[in-house]
Amino acid sequence: MGLLSKKDAKLITDPLADNNPITIQVLGICSALAITAELKASIVMAISVLFVLGVGNVVISLMRNIIPSKIRIIVQLIVVAALVIIVDQVLKAFAYELSKTLSVFVGLIITNCIIMGRFEAFALGNGPWKSFLDGIGNALGYGVILIIVGFFRELLGSGTLLGFKVLGDPIEKSGLYAIGYENNGFMLLSPMALIVVGIIIWVQRSRNKDLIED
Amino acid sequence: MGLKSNLHNLKEKYKGTKMAPAFNAIHTFLYLPNETTHGGTHVKAADDLKRTMNTVIMALIPCLIFGIFNAGYQHYAAIDAAAGITREASLFGNFLTWDNFVIGAWTVLPLVIVSYGVGLLVEFIFAVIKGHEVEEGYLVTGMLVPLIVPVDIPLWMLAVAVVFGVVIGKEVFGGTGMNILNPALAIRAFLFFAYPTWMSGDKVWVHGAVERAGTPDAISGETLLGAYAQNSSLAGIDYMDMFYGFIPGSVGETSKLLIIVGALFLIFTKIGSWRIILSTIIGALSMGLIFNGVVDAGWIGDTSKFYGLMSVPFWQHLIIGSILFGAVYMATDPVTASQTNKGKWIYGFLIGFLSIMIRVFNPAYPEGVFLAILLMNVFAPTIDHYVVQANVKRRMKRLKVKTA
Repeated sequence: MGLLSKKDAKLITDPLADNNPITIQVLGICSALAITAELKASIVMAISVLFVLGVGNVVISLMRNIIPSKIRIIVQLIVVAALVIIVDQVLKAFAYELSKTLSVFVGLIITNCIIMGRFEAFALGNGPWKSFLDGIGNALGYGVILIIVGFFRELLGSGTLLGFKVLGDPIEKSGLYAIGYENNGFMLLSPMALIVVGIIIWVQRSRNKDLIED
Repeated sequence: MGLKSNLHNLKEKYKGTKMAPAFNAIHTFLYLPNETTHGGTHVKAADDLKRTMNTVIMALIPCLIFGIFNAGYQHYAAIDAAAGITREASLFGNFLTWDNFVIGAWTVLPLVIVSYGVGLLVEFIFAVIKGHEVEEGYLVTGMLVPLIVPVDIPLWMLAVAVVFGVVIGKEVFGGTGMNILNPALAIRAFLFFAYPTWMSGDKVWVHGAVERAGTPDAISGETLLGAYAQNSSLAGIDYMDMFYGFIPGSVGETSKLLIIVGALFLIFTKIGSWRIILSTIIGALSMGLIFNGVVDAGWIGDTSKFYGLMSVPFWQHLIIGSILFGAVYMATDPVTASQTNKGKWIYGFLIGFLSIMIRVFNPAYPEGVFLAILLMNVFAPTIDHYVVQANVKRRMKRLKVKTA
């Protein structure tokens, strides 16, 4: 049995695959397209969302019985905004270069549909422990896709991974570049991120036919 | 007619035997089948997909052959230019020569082979996965692709782009006939955005220019659009050269004369829509006229970075870029174009209009035709929808008048 009951474990594993927020619910696409040109930025974004969604879900869940339902959106927004400001300030203090790369997209975590979606759909109706697991699960599901997309975009677009020149040096013409390989500039543009996400959705659905609608 | 009826008789003879599909494949390569569609369909024509495709390919062959010679011609012309020799283009004197053909065939034929090889391989894999017959859809795309890329594009890039174009541009939508975007243009757009250094500038259009760069033998050849966009003068090239196509450019798009011949052939065989071709040209001319008007009115001076292309006399837009090639072979793709006649006029006009607009206003994109066609491909169903709805509304009104 272990740490989590079967039901609780499902809260984490489900969003990783069969109910993935990006590939199945198609939420949080905007940030997945915008900041995945580098793997590092994707990872930081994934961690930020993990923090915001994990803590936010718990906070909303604790307050769920005292929030008047008429103003619940505003309350949710305040909670997200507060958490996002914390993330933003931490990034600015400890990883200034990265926070410049991510620019407004840290602030835009507030508008990330996954977060409001989980508050509305889960945290308002479940206890703090379950909400915490749900938040972690969804943030991980989001992060996994972000990291996959970031991996391919950085590898094929810049020939690097986390800044390391894994394919050789394009200026000195070493490694793969010696035989005429060139970086694919299209990978660095957002439309290609959409196509990569699309390919992930395609692969996922052809492996699991239950996911195909209609 | 003798051969045709003989073939039809042979078809009856082979019916049901193992040879039948192979025989039919070859027999319908050029000839119409002698039967029409039966049953509840509305369109009953003795025309099939393969014949349509082959007609377009036949219209493209002259462009390909010209492209082969032109690749060689531009190579030697650039060498002469680097040595300070001016040369006068003459068809039999220095164009249709064996040297030109060797260089051209050496550079252009691999493009054709890679395009067809990779594209048909992808088609074949998808046919096996999905369990249908190999579709003819790639026949035209495979011929168009080598004609719309620079001669010196590395073959592996072309292969990657073809895989992308066929899979993302066509197969994900359900294969031939279901695609939203023209696959050949999707391939070109991929190349353009992925490897911009190989798709623009003054090196890639002439064979050998890239590898000779930086050496004492360096040669270069800029396209006319590139030269215009930089406001540089075009001394030494006359309009007839542009029209006949003795200019640097993508492999098959330079000869306007042969494109017009191809267009007439397509219109005559009723494969290409004359409405789209004509309206594209009208659209391009009207945008050109607007820009000429702007320059004449003095709203823009010769210090502006748009001046070079804006002051081009409007009719010259048709012969300096690839607008004609796009209008004749790309915009008329029956799958991605508008289906209604009124829609075709709107669709074509906007392609021409936007092509020239992108050409003039965005110096980063030396040619706007492929972007304009892709954009209008996306809007074609919308145009059709409104044309059909307008028709429905008009007839509803008539009905009301009658019953009232």
